[in-house]
Amino acid sequence: MRQAKETVITHKMRQCWQNRVFDIVVFLLVTVCTLAVLYPLFFVVIASISNPRLVQSGQVILWPKGISFEGYKYIFKDSRIWTGYRNTMFNTVAGTLFAMVLTIPAGYALSRSDLRGRNIIMGIFVFTMYFGGGLIPTYLVVRDIGLIDSVWTLVILGSFSAYNLIICRTFFQTSIPMELQEAAEIDGCSIGKFFTLVVLPLSKPILAIMALYYAVGKWNDFFNGLIYVNKASLFPLQLIMRDILIQGQAVQAAGVTDPKQLEMMQQIAMTIKYGAIIVSSLPVLVFYPFIQKYFVKGVMIGSLKG
Amino acid sequence: MAKAKTTLHKRTLLQDIKRTWMLYLFLLPAFIYLIIFNYAPMYGIQIAFRNYNALDGVWGSTWVGLEHINKFIHSYQFMDLLKNTLILSVYSLVAGFPIPIIFAILLHNLKSTPYRKFSQMVTYAPHFISTVVFCGMVWVFMGNDGIMNQLLKIMGFNPVGFMSNASYFKHIYVWSGVLQSMGFNTIIYISVLTSVSPELHEAATVDGATKLQRILYIDLPHLIPTMVILLILNMGQIMNVGFEKAFLLQNDINLSASEIISTYVYKIGIQGAQFSYSAAIGLFNNIINFILIIAVNKISAKLTKVSLW
Repeated sequence: MRQAKETVITHKMRQCWQNRVFDIVVFLLVTVCTLAVLYPLFFVVIASISNPRLVQSGQVILWPKGISFEGYKYIFKDSRIWTGYRNTMFNTVAGTLFAMVLTIPAGYALSRSDLRGRNIIMGIFVFTMYFGGGLIPTYLVVRDIGLIDSVWTLVILGSFSAYNLIICRTFFQTSIPMELQEAAEIDGCSIGKFFTLVVLPLSKPILAIMALYYAVGKWNDFFNGLIYVNKASLFPLQLIMRDILIQGQAVQAAGVTDPKQLEMMQQIAMTIKYGAIIVSSLPVLVFYPFIQKYFVKGVMIGSLKG
Repeated sequence: MAKAKTTLHKRTLLQDIKRTWMLYLFLLPAFIYLIIFNYAPMYGIQIAFRNYNALDGVWGSTWVGLEHINKFIHSYQFMDLLKNTLILSVYSLVAGFPIPIIFAILLHNLKSTPYRKFSQMVTYAPHFISTVVFCGMVWVFMGNDGIMNQLLKIMGFNPVGFMSNASYFKHIYVWSGVLQSMGFNTIIYISVLTSVSPELHEAATVDGATKLQRILYIDLPHLIPTMVILLILNMGQIMNVGFEKAFLLQNDINLSASEIISTYVYKIGIQGAQFSYSAAIGLFNNIINFILIIAVNKISAKLTKVSLW
């Protein structure tokens, strides 16, 4: 009897000990993963406000040294960045609105079980997720409808995704009760009225999720700009960033011709890059803590099979 | 209410369409968009079988059948492009698929909630950074006097020319991608883990199971359906290696490892204006992809009873 009790106790102890080791290992591994992501982001920030020479010689590792905002000064003198910012801002706002008009009503229509031909229509949308014309045929279509180098190019392109449509449809299916719609119909409320007066006010979460999905997508879009925009005055911010960050084009500060200053700019080219990373990601970074939960929600709705 | 429902079902097709015509209006903008930007290009694929020239248009250009696809398959770049594309995608899948699952399990088992929230906040962040900025960061970090080499120097290693050696390209491409998507891709798994009934865990604990055992025998089986779905989706994308990232990490030195089908199509199609030839290459790519996703889905439906449709 006593022996049985003892084995139970030693087993409990072993279980407890193993669980403690497990907790420690979990903590360590999560910390490694977090640091692996955090450090590069942190480094960009400290390098952008440190003395360029100290960054270059590897003395800036954990905290900023010789605080200087030289890099930012040159960035703000570069007119291309301002043009890019303006263009991208316009594309993001107008493009998101356009994308919402395309996605939200369509998502609602497809959520209704009394829509005849629903499965066929859904199939037509979903097919585009798995098969497409490819770059060249798409390019030719865009060219033929005169959408190359237009102010509206990046507003219109990339404004619809079947994946987002499915998220919307799933949301409406699960959050607008069929009874509500039937009651409204009996009371003589038209579908249009029901949608604007009942469905939309009940759907603020999905409106926020969709707006953010599209807005972040538009802000970060590089591909459509690369393919369809050749005019420098229409370049979105990401194309400018590519010139500065990857093709190593020096920042062209207006009115800087003094050779000494130009040499200085060469020296701080690296710091300018760090600063440019911050400047171009700022809007997303500022809103990030607020928008994160909407993105998480979106992924979860998207994962519901419907 | 019950009466209303039965009358709903009794309506004829025409009555139903008349009653819900507004819904078709709701679908119209998206439908038009789809026709222009998705289905018109699919119709335009036929230039892959013609010698496209702007004067005669898609219809009028001479029909040459499989000439372009044949030319591509027999070209000297073909094997390199296919190899690079497959290496990058298979390597990305092998490294990028299991890590979010493991990371999700780790986060779910972390004791401190504030620390978990912090870790999620940090690791989701790269998902919101643009590909251009992300690749820009790779360039400055991995450069000769970048922070990576500075850290190596501190630890007493010799500097490594990461960006000036083609053999490093695939590792840089894959592991930077893992870092960027690792956090965000945990969301779906974490949502599954939180939906596991706590009673199962309680019962197992009473029976003397350790945390590790509970993960292996309770959590993991719950994750499998989601894993299978995501694996199918990823397999279907195996020929769709991200154009942007490969393109932005390319330089003259690593081209032998970084030129993939999509970047090649861009170069000869958009930059070189060889529309028919590049469209044929694109089509070749898309067809392989399409066959893959259907095949993987079929196999999965047979083996695990989980499928996309």
